[in-house]
Amino acid sequence: MALRQAWQKAGKVLNGGALVSPGSTFARALSTSSDPLTLEIPVPFKGHKVDPPSSTVETSAAELVDFFRTMFVMRRMEIAADSLYKSKFIRGFCHLYDGQEAVCVGMEAALNDKDCIITAYRDHCTHLGRGGTVLEVFAELMGRKDGCSLGKGGSMHMYNKKGGFYGGNGIVGAQTPLGAGLAFAQKYLKVDGVTLAMYGDGAANQGQLFEAMNISALWDLPVIYVCENNHYGMGTAEWRSAKSPEYYKRGDYVPGLKVDGMDCLAVKQAVKFAKEYSLKNGPMVLEMDTYRYHGHSMSDPGSTYRTRDEISGVRQERDPIERIRKLLLSHEFASVADLKAIEKEAKKEVEDALAKAKESPSPDAPELFSHIYRKSYGAEAYGADRKESTVKLP
Amino acid sequence: MFEALREGLGEEMERDPNVCVIGEDVGDYGGSYKVTKGFSEKFGSWRVLDTPIAENSFTGMAIGAAMTGLRPVVEGMNMGFLLLAYNQIANNCGMLHYTSGGQFTIPVVIRGPGGVGRQLGAEHSQRLESYFQSVPGLQMVACSTPYNAKGLMKAAIRCENPVILYEHVLLYNLKEKIPDEEYTCCLEEAEMVRPGTDITILTYSRMRYHVTQAAKTLVDRGYDPEIIDIRSLKPFDMYTIGESVKKTHRVLIVEECMRTGGIGASLRSAIMESFWDELDGPIGCLSSQDVPTPYSGPLEELTVVQPHQIVTAVENLCGKK
Repeated sequence: MALRQAWQKAGKVLNGGALVSPGSTFARALSTSSDPLTLEIPVPFKGHKVDPPSSTVETSAAELVDFFRTMFVMRRMEIAADSLYKSKFIRGFCHLYDGQEAVCVGMEAALNDKDCIITAYRDHCTHLGRGGTVLEVFAELMGRKDGCSLGKGGSMHMYNKKGGFYGGNGIVGAQTPLGAGLAFAQKYLKVDGVTLAMYGDGAANQGQLFEAMNISALWDLPVIYVCENNHYGMGTAEWRSAKSPEYYKRGDYVPGLKVDGMDCLAVKQAVKFAKEYSLKNGPMVLEMDTYRYHGHSMSDPGSTYRTRDEISGVRQERDPIERIRKLLLSHEFASVADLKAIEKEAKKEVEDALAKAKESPSPDAPELFSHIYRKSYGAEAYGADRKESTVKLP
Repeated sequence: MFEALREGLGEEMERDPNVCVIGEDVGDYGGSYKVTKGFSEKFGSWRVLDTPIAENSFTGMAIGAAMTGLRPVVEGMNMGFLLLAYNQIANNCGMLHYTSGGQFTIPVVIRGPGGVGRQLGAEHSQRLESYFQSVPGLQMVACSTPYNAKGLMKAAIRCENPVILYEHVLLYNLKEKIPDEEYTCCLEEAEMVRPGTDITILTYSRMRYHVTQAAKTLVDRGYDPEIIDIRSLKPFDMYTIGESVKKTHRVLIVEECMRTGGIGASLRSAIMESFWDELDGPIGCLSSQDVPTPYSGPLEELTVVQPHQIVTAVENLCGKK
């Protein structure tokens, strides 16, 4: 998993079952064994034109600790982004993902570097999952040089070519045909991978999504359409915008699966199943039943179209991080103190990244004009006076 | 010309296995203007893709595929249909290189016939160059002869930037002898059609032929017009244009675009900005009328610039001889 590689680079080592920081004064007694462990997914899958996978999922203590730590970092990052926005370090639009972490973390557990992900504007955590760093995210949010898009993209335009993350798109639904194109390229180039084209319940009503589903079903493209259904398209609840809010059935001839998006393990199982299916047969739709605690974006309090009781209710009963915490404690893979230590470390990681990002400078003025065109084929571009402003493009 | 385009596209597809064609009826049907005839048998249905009628999504797909390194050539059956893909072209195609901080390039070519045809009706006579010209990150070229059609097609495919190649419905049957050896044309360069001294006439695509026809009359009347086919609609080849303006000091732009917000409007202000001191008089601009193209033949002729109007405009700008 991409984040694990990042930690290994940062010097943390998984050492025969114990998570050890080189130079730390004690080894935690965390059970981080990779021995397989089977668990039951409490909320059953619902299938549309396909038999759902088994609700028994294979995982391990190490994986659960991984999930916990990653989601906690993501949660802290989004909350820090909230304060940054309020203190005007982040401007424009900022769409926060807290509450939905289980989707991107669960997905990564079933994917590898041959797979591609493309999503919409709620992309900070998806970027992290694909191998991005917290520093890159904060710097990009604040429009600094060290951002993943050199400060020129912003909250809605984060990309990671090496990690197979294709953004980060501002226009609702426009990423779904791009996703079909990525899957087309994977099939064309015979890469053994799938594309996850993610969109929301709001985008599920876009015509281009259905166009993309038709073409990908026609050509058997290895694309998985993942609908992150957080039940509100900005301020419009799903029952007010969709005649049929059963988004996993909307593919019609494309089979679908409804998944409890607040459960990392359910997401992992579903994506693993969908990947196997898609590589052989073509597209599938996964509807992730999830929830966002914040409003649509920072300018939306999030309480004019839903009640605070609803938000706190979901937080109490379905929070993805709490779910994993309960699993770890009940199976005695970690003690309360162990988890507190992980949380503390995660908070520090986020704070350090934030401090470093704040020091990063704004991009230089010439960056305004860089990356408009790429060096072209055998051409020369001249200004009005060939002597002064000749640009030779080899 | 359609054969020249076919040759250019075919040679590039043979040279680079990542080049593929995406469009409606480009495969088995051979393309609505026969540009891809025979390609399906030669390259297989995975490299020549017949799409459903879904411009928005197949243009988006081409852009997504280009992000991974493929080089798709998107054919709009008629340029006007690409208005349905405007969001993908304006927001994703042009911008992704910039918003990703240079991580992704989009080497896609979008091509198709546009322009006013023979009584095709308003919706099938669109000139999209004016709509796309302000999208940053795109390059636009317009071909006008079989020679530059093949050359520009090849250069556009090899180019790392997204290129829109504007063809014209009425020029597909033009015949010209072109070299057997491989050649490409420079995407950013204008073409000197007829050197002269009295006035610089800037044009592109089909209007080139109306201009050359008007030039015959003008030469008979004692004028010596310099005719330049600008070819590159974005960016303009300000060097070639500038050298010409410095020589003749008078400019007339003849285009098929609409008067409001057309290529001529942008070109006029670019020339005025850079070469004000060289001009002896105002820059003339003959464009199509700001009307939906009517079906009726005589009315359609009135919409577009005709050779006699070009002659009159030159006489007004240069003075009677």
